[in-house]
Amino acid sequence: MNSSPNFIGAMIPAKPETNFVLRCADNAMILGQRLSEMCGHAPELELDLALTNISLDLIGQAGLLYDHVQTLEKLAPNADVLALTRDQNAYLNCLLVAQPNVDFAHIVLRQYLFSTFQKRQYEALLSSSDETLAAIAEKSLKEIAYHIRFAKDWVLRLGDGTEDSHERMADALDCLWRYSGELFEKDSVLAAAIDAGLLTDFTDKYEAWQIEVVALLAEATLTPPDDTHMLKGGYQGHQEDHLGHILTDMQYMQLKYPSLQW
Amino acid sequence: MQSDNWFLYEVFIRSKNGMAHKHAGSVHAQDAETAILSARDLYTRRGEASSLWIIRSKDIIASDPAESGELYDPADDKIYRHPTFYSVPDGVKNM
Repeated sequence: MNSSPNFIGAMIPAKPETNFVLRCADNAMILGQRLSEMCGHAPELELDLALTNISLDLIGQAGLLYDHVQTLEKLAPNADVLALTRDQNAYLNCLLVAQPNVDFAHIVLRQYLFSTFQKRQYEALLSSSDETLAAIAEKSLKEIAYHIRFAKDWVLRLGDGTEDSHERMADALDCLWRYSGELFEKDSVLAAAIDAGLLTDFTDKYEAWQIEVVALLAEATLTPPDDTHMLKGGYQGHQEDHLGHILTDMQYMQLKYPSLQW
Repeated sequence: MQSDNWFLYEVFIRSKNGMAHKHAGSVHAQDAETAILSARDLYTRRGEASSLWIIRSKDIIASDPAESGELYDPADDKIYRHPTFYSVPDGVKNM
């Protein structure tokens, strides 16, 4: 294993609090990176900018969170190295955020599912014992409110749109719904972070979240698949290959030119 | 991908309260809601706005460029209509 200080590899935080903040950071980073792939490829110039704006919001959140991870547990010489030089299975994002940009329906549905979850997760951080984390959450919640507004509008519009747009939204829902269970799962790391006062328990909002999302989907003439087997494991580092493809792009510069500065 | 479902909207932004909305440009959108979202994404990225107006471009009534001679030229030689003979008091920011 390469143990140079410019390369983190398989290291995972020891403290549950750090682990939880790294999960939040990786969620924002990986979805931000996914959305950045759309730069120059969205169906319209207006949508191109909308998606890259959301991407930049998320990468900005990730930057703050990686910096904060570093103050909790110094895992790397700097936040760039922490963000960009880990092995695939040392990334602690949920599986949903790494799902590919199959078409615009997948993109807006993924955003809607994630942002409505992220809102509840960050609201649970507002009264955190960690004041920096509470401040990051407060700042991010304004951005998240806009992400929800954008994504929700498109889910409705495309779900209840033409035959083609409806079919694409239904396909996206079939594909992405199975990743929604992980978002509200309380594993031992999250439970320990909650016990430590880092955040309140947002996992009891799962049912309310489902009711809200299913109602919006119904308005968009869409129904989530029955008896879905929920896929989980991202938060524990059991990543799918989709993440590997993201990392190939995302890590290239940092690995090729260690310690590079912009 | 330009089609019959995409319309042109004109965007006006106000930088702060008390100022007038100014034309900033245009966006393509399907309806008023997406037009506002797109205008926000395109024209307020650098903190330019505290308020947005949008209007369908086709709803703007414009003067005919061919008539600009009769409409505007007569004002050219009436310098006494400009308030340039007054000095502006210190402390007045927006005139």
